[in-house]
Amino acid sequence: MVMTTLLSKHNKKVKEDLQQMTESNGKTKISVRDLNLFYGEKQALYSLSLDIQEKEVTALIGPSGCGKSTFLRTLNRMNDLIDGVNITGDITIDNENIYQSTDVIKLRTKVGMVFQKANLFPMSIYDNVAYGPRGQGIKSKKELDKIVEESLRGAAIWDEVKDRLKTSALGLSGGQQQRICIARAIAMKPEIILMDEPTSALDPISTLKVEELIADMKKDYTIVIVTHNMQQAARVSDKTAFFLNGEVVEFDTTDKIFSVPKDQRTEDYITGRFG
Amino acid sequence: MARPPVEKANKRKYMLEKLSGRVFLFCALLSVISLLLIIGFVFFKGINPFVAEGYSFINFLFGDDWVPSEDQFGIFPMIVASIYATIGALIIGVPIGLFTAIFLAEIAPKKVAKIISPAVQLLAGIPSVLYGVFGLAVIVPFLQNNLGLAKGQSLIAVILVLAIMMLPTVVTVSETAIRAVPKSYREGSLALGVSHIGTIFRVVVPAAKSGILTAVVLGMGRAIGETMAVILVAGNSLIVPTSLTDSVRPLTTNIALEMGYAAGVHQEMLFATGIVLFSFILILNFVLAKISAKGGN
Repeated sequence: MVMTTLLSKHNKKVKEDLQQMTESNGKTKISVRDLNLFYGEKQALYSLSLDIQEKEVTALIGPSGCGKSTFLRTLNRMNDLIDGVNITGDITIDNENIYQSTDVIKLRTKVGMVFQKANLFPMSIYDNVAYGPRGQGIKSKKELDKIVEESLRGAAIWDEVKDRLKTSALGLSGGQQQRICIARAIAMKPEIILMDEPTSALDPISTLKVEELIADMKKDYTIVIVTHNMQQAARVSDKTAFFLNGEVVEFDTTDKIFSVPKDQRTEDYITGRFG
Repeated sequence: MARPPVEKANKRKYMLEKLSGRVFLFCALLSVISLLLIIGFVFFKGINPFVAEGYSFINFLFGDDWVPSEDQFGIFPMIVASIYATIGALIIGVPIGLFTAIFLAEIAPKKVAKIISPAVQLLAGIPSVLYGVFGLAVIVPFLQNNLGLAKGQSLIAVILVLAIMMLPTVVTVSETAIRAVPKSYREGSLALGVSHIGTIFRVVVPAAKSGILTAVVLGMGRAIGETMAVILVAGNSLIVPTSLTDSVRPLTTNIALEMGYAAGVHQEMLFATGIVLFSFILILNFVLAKISAKGGN
């Protein structure tokens, strides 16, 4: 009962936020052209091409193992960490080819990431959020205090943790930890935030909070989110890309994907016939 | 051929079961019994002069002179030598060992790690007398020639040999600790635009802290208890060392050098030296238990 009212309230809020934002400025932030990715001999992504618009939420959906997380990780070059990964094609962010530039640190400062499982460091809440800025050489306590507060407010968790900033972040609930992870990403003042199934380990209420947060963050950030949950994709995203076996089957506005999909496979997937 | 009745066959199985249980228990108890016997024996012999013969334990610990023929038994110089040698070896051995571990676990390509790792482990298997011989043949002459010492056998020689000897322990234990740090910590840090080295020192090493401290304590135990290699390079003078180039005699060396011919009170005093050494090791083990308990949380 409580759940349903919460849900409907939540849906309404998300919808309103979406309506406010429908006048997207239409500027391309990330452009992917003919992207192929190989794990050793095995090809995981097949000639992907898509454009991701600035200050929109783009959802990547598809069954497990379809390459959506792999694709997400090409956008901040996290796949570099895996031995034997080979990439062809181009990804440009703000017209800069991220695989031609060797400055991965700069790229990852600009493109933040939130992982499937909250991966806070074993340190205090404050130190977690200040971790990135400190890495950039910010030492002044006043400045760090400001960044930490702004970031925690930005992740809508300031009120819950402001009295315990110096306590271990690992003592928080899963949902709170995930929002601290978002705050930690925001603290770097990124332009793009990648989210890899950020709510898959969370309970429904925490999930709602994160979704509301995503809808709210859209005005400042370009967001790319991988999700298993199609309702979630429908609720939070402007555009949706449907992945299958390493290919993008269909990429369009979320409304179209969920109401009038062009491809039979998309329709089968979103109506739950497989996946 | 008739098979034995089932009941009888089972009875034999139960007997065997019981018997093997006993055998295993006996083996397990053997090590505990050995430990108690050794401690008991050392303490019984070592406490005697202070309990039965009126020697002062304070004078024993803090006395500067060890002259058995004149009935003087002060081990203060040896305690100081042992502590200095151990601390010195830690100062050199721990950073090198830790950096090696970091290199192996985080930086080295698999092929390189596959060569270095076994080499480090092999270092642990070299008999300690060979370390001593190496020290005597290489380090001591080197110091003698380059520092202009009359005698190369010195505190610094002991420190260098012990630092090498503790490397396998420090490297192996801290490498294991570093490898146990969840991958998600590294990813989280790298995704925030922090460099590889920055990630290692700001997230990975702190997260492996308790394992690394364990490595340090184990290395310390190795250094303070080492005897054979130390005898060969220490010089064995009975003075409180004031410089790295002084010839020294750590606790272990004292026991090994004199036990062969000592008798009476002299021999008991060597056992008492053993008690002091044993106390150091006991304290280290206590610290170790504390660290691992804390790491468990």
